[in-house]
Order: sequence, then C-alpha cells, then structure tokens
Amino acid sequence: MLIKSRPSWALSHRHVTPEHIYLNRRRFMSGVAAGAAGLAMPGLLSAAAAPVQGEPLNFTRSPQFSTEEEKTPFKDVIRYNNFYEFGTGKDDPAKYAESMSVDPWSVIVDGECGKPGTYALEDLLQPHDYEERVYRLRCVEAWSMVIPWVGVPLADVVKRLEPTSKAKYLYFETLEDPEQMRGQQSIFSTIDWPYREGLRMDEAMNELAFLAVGLYGKALPKQNGAPIRLVLPWKYGFKSIKSIVRIRFQESRPKTTWERIAPSEYGFYANVNPEVDHPRWSQKRERRLPSGLFSPNWIETEKFNGYGEQVANLYKGMDLRKFY
Amino acid sequence: MPGVLGIEWRRSAGVLLGFRWLVAALASLPLLLLAGDMVSGAVGPDPGQTITEGLGLAAFQLLLATLAMTPLRRWTGWAGWLRVRRMLGLFAFFYAVLHVLAFLQFILGWSDLWATFTKRPYIIAGAVAFLCLVPLAVTSPVSAMRRLGPYWKRLHKLIYLAVVVAWVHFLWQARSDLGEMVIYGLLLAILFGVRGYWSGWSSLVPLKKG
Repeated sequence: MLIKSRPSWALSHRHVTPEHIYLNRRRFMSGVAAGAAGLAMPGLLSAAAAPVQGEPLNFTRSPQFSTEEEKTPFKDVIRYNNFYEFGTGKDDPAKYAESMSVDPWSVIVDGECGKPGTYALEDLLQPHDYEERVYRLRCVEAWSMVIPWVGVPLADVVKRLEPTSKAKYLYFETLEDPEQMRGQQSIFSTIDWPYREGLRMDEAMNELAFLAVGLYGKALPKQNGAPIRLVLPWKYGFKSIKSIVRIRFQESRPKTTWERIAPSEYGFYANVNPEVDHPRWSQKRERRLPSGLFSPNWIETEKFNGYGEQVANLYKGMDLRKFY
Repeated sequence: MPGVLGIEWRRSAGVLLGFRWLVAALASLPLLLLAGDMVSGAVGPDPGQTITEGLGLAAFQLLLATLAMTPLRRWTGWAGWLRVRRMLGLFAFFYAVLHVLAFLQFILGWSDLWATFTKRPYIIAGAVAFLCLVPLAVTSPVSAMRRLGPYWKRLHKLIYLAVVVAWVHFLWQARSDLGEMVIYGLLLAILFGVRGYWSGWSSLVPLKKG
C-alpha cells in the first residue's frame, strides 16, 4: 500500500505567501467568478473549446501540479524558443512561426487503438476540461524556465482513444510543411522531417504528462508549438514535441528525431539527470531564465527535474547511464 | 588621365588613414552592436549565452578577414590591404580574449573547469585555436618582428591552424543545421585554395601551362 504524501514541490503553508502568489490567488478568484458565470451558460463551459490564437482559455488551476518558484515572464517564454522547424536561432521561432496556419488543425490517430481516425483538434479535446499547471521546463542545453501551461492530462486523451493490449509505445509527429516552416527548407539540415518523438505507454499515462493548448492563460503562441504540444516536465525539453499532427499507438519503440541524428548525445528517455553529462556540456547546473549577465541565475539541476516522486518508479531497475 | 589619378589616389596617405579608420570602425561594430543589445534588452533572457556566441563569431569572422588581406592585395594590386592586416588580427585576438572570458564567467561561472577542458571536444578545439593566437598577438609589434627575423613568418603560419581549428570548434556545436558552417567552410577553402594555387599547385596541372 502506497501512502501518498504531499509532493516536495507542492505549495506549502510553511512559507509566507510571496507577492506573486498572492496575485495568482486574485487571478484564481476571478477565474472562479468566470466559472460561476459559465455555470449559468452551461454550453460555454461544459467542455474544452478549441484554442483560438491570442484568446484567453477557460480553465481551473491544479494546485497539486504547481510550484512556488518564480515564473519566467511571458515575454521571455515567447521569444526564446527551440523550434527548429523555423530555424536554429533562439529568436527564429518568434520571428517566423507566424507563417504557420493552426486553424483548422487536425490530428491523425492510428496504430494499436480502438478509436483511430483523423480528429479535428476540438474533437480530440472535446469532453475534457482545461486545467493550468505550473511546470519547470529544463532544456538539454542547460537552461530552464517555469511556465504556466493550460491543457489536459495526456492520460485522459489516451484512455479515450482506447489503446489495445499491443500498444506499448506512443509515437508523435510535428507538422511537416516547408511552405509554412522555413527551417524545413534548409538543404544542410541533418533533421529528417517531420520531427518525431515517443513515449513508453506507462510514461504517457503518468499524471504529469500533459497536452498543452495554452500558456499564461491564453492559446499557445505559434512559436511555443500551437495549437497542441506535449509537456513532459521530468524530461529534457526536446521530448515535449510541438504542433502535433499525429499520435500513433505502437508495439515497437519508435526512433526519435534526436536519437537518429546523434544517438550518443540524445537517448529515447532523455530524463533530466545531473549525474549523466551530455557529451558537449555538464548537466549538473542550469541557468534559470531570465538570467542576468553579471548575476547569472545558476541553480543545481535535480534528478527528474525535481519530479522524482511522481516518475522515479517508472525507471526502477533501469541503468539510467545506459538508458539516458 | 584617370589611371594616373587613380594611382595618386591610392597612394595618398590621407586615403590610407581613412581606410584604416574605416576598418577599425567595422571591426568594432560587433562589440558596439552587442553593447547596444544589452542596453536595449534585445540580448534576450539568456544574455551570457548570446554574448559569448556573438564574441566568438566576431573573432572567427575577423580571422577570416585577416586571411583575406593577402589575396585582396594580389588581386587589386593595392598595398593598403596589407596595412590593416595586423590590426584585423589583433581585433580577432581581442574578440577571442573576450569570448574566452565570457565563456568562463557567464557559461561556466569558473566551475567545472577541468572536466570542461578535458572531456568536451568542441571546447578543446576552441582552446587550441585560442592558444595558437596568443603567440601571434604577443609577437605582433614591429620590434618583435625584427627580433625574430625569418622565424616571425614561420611562427605566424599558426594562423592557418588556428582558423581551421576554430571552424571545427563551430562545426562541433552545430546541432542540426550545418548551413552556416558550410558557408564558412567554403570561404576557408577559397582562402586556402588561392594560397595553394600561388605556391605552386598550378604547376602540378600541366594543362594550365603554356
């Protein structure tokens, strides 16, 4: 019998409430007011509406999936991105993602499941309510952010698609369209588009795995992977695939994009782990952004990005130096 | 007589001085732009990374510019190009010093030094390139040139090693798109190719003779 205790990263009453938490509380109260208004008009709130670019979303907060750490400001979250479909520079996605069309959007579901088909985004999300979770995002390049995401638990969507007993892995693909994504036009790119990612089924069913459609209360900006992306806070950022157009249930383990390019640098699991260095840099520390030039915001990196309580049991008995 | 006028124009000390100032201004531009970005905030949420990369790229581009002066002198016949070569080399070294300091201060925070400089191939390449530049900068004054005599020229061939290793240092950091590195590689190939051609490769191609 497992006794659940408060996760180490959850809000604690021992702490004096800092100002930004207090402001969040006020936002929460206004959210409740909006919810009450929604109850009067059930059609508006009964299920998740499709996210519309730049528009606010209806959601509830999930305090057990939050953190008291300072959030990375919105302006930095939307101007410092790795989204190689739009170029390899950190500011390329913010400059060029506007050319991607995200409405309408559909996702192909296929493979070992009972409900395959091509789903309009709103149908994929339909019966679920949006919630907000504040997660740490740790990039493999040794920087990190704290981002309030809005979306639905991946497990809820997966269950509804009825995976069969043969479904051992989930495979994801990002949109491939060089006309909309200029980074895919480069003839010197070593990426074999589309971008591919994968998860073991038990990882996908973990309570932390999240399908985000928004951040900071609004529909996802395009440079952050609109209209729908994964968020896997215990893994390096590149696992959190953006602008998803395919979800496939597979019996065999999918080979991910980074695994294909540099298997010695990027493994299938890619769990945040300060004990396993990337060949090009140490993973012991990270720069929490925004970082100052003369007061760099260095923090020690935690195993599983501090989410060990939720996910460590997924990897019991595995040699994480081998399965990095 | 435009030709005669042209020669006079090219020989004028005032023109040469103006040219030197122009080159110095251009070589200072990357530093000024980075400083401007810092002030305006355009440097982004991870300024240490942006600045370290910017300084390193400026150092590499200035090394290429230094190596372009001899071919330009030969193609145009104007000696002015050689009069700015040392300055360009010293600018390259200046940016390289700032780049190394920025890396140590902003990226490493002076920690993890041993592992960084022994285990990471791209860092080792960068360190080798930098170490090659140090004796060149130290022996750049005319007095050192005189003292070293014929050895000076041989010593300064180290710039060829430095620029190739610096290119490898860049290449090994590319994560997926090699486009930029291919362009710099082509530039390097041209700069090396013309030197090879002049130093006698042409005689190895019989068809070119006669």
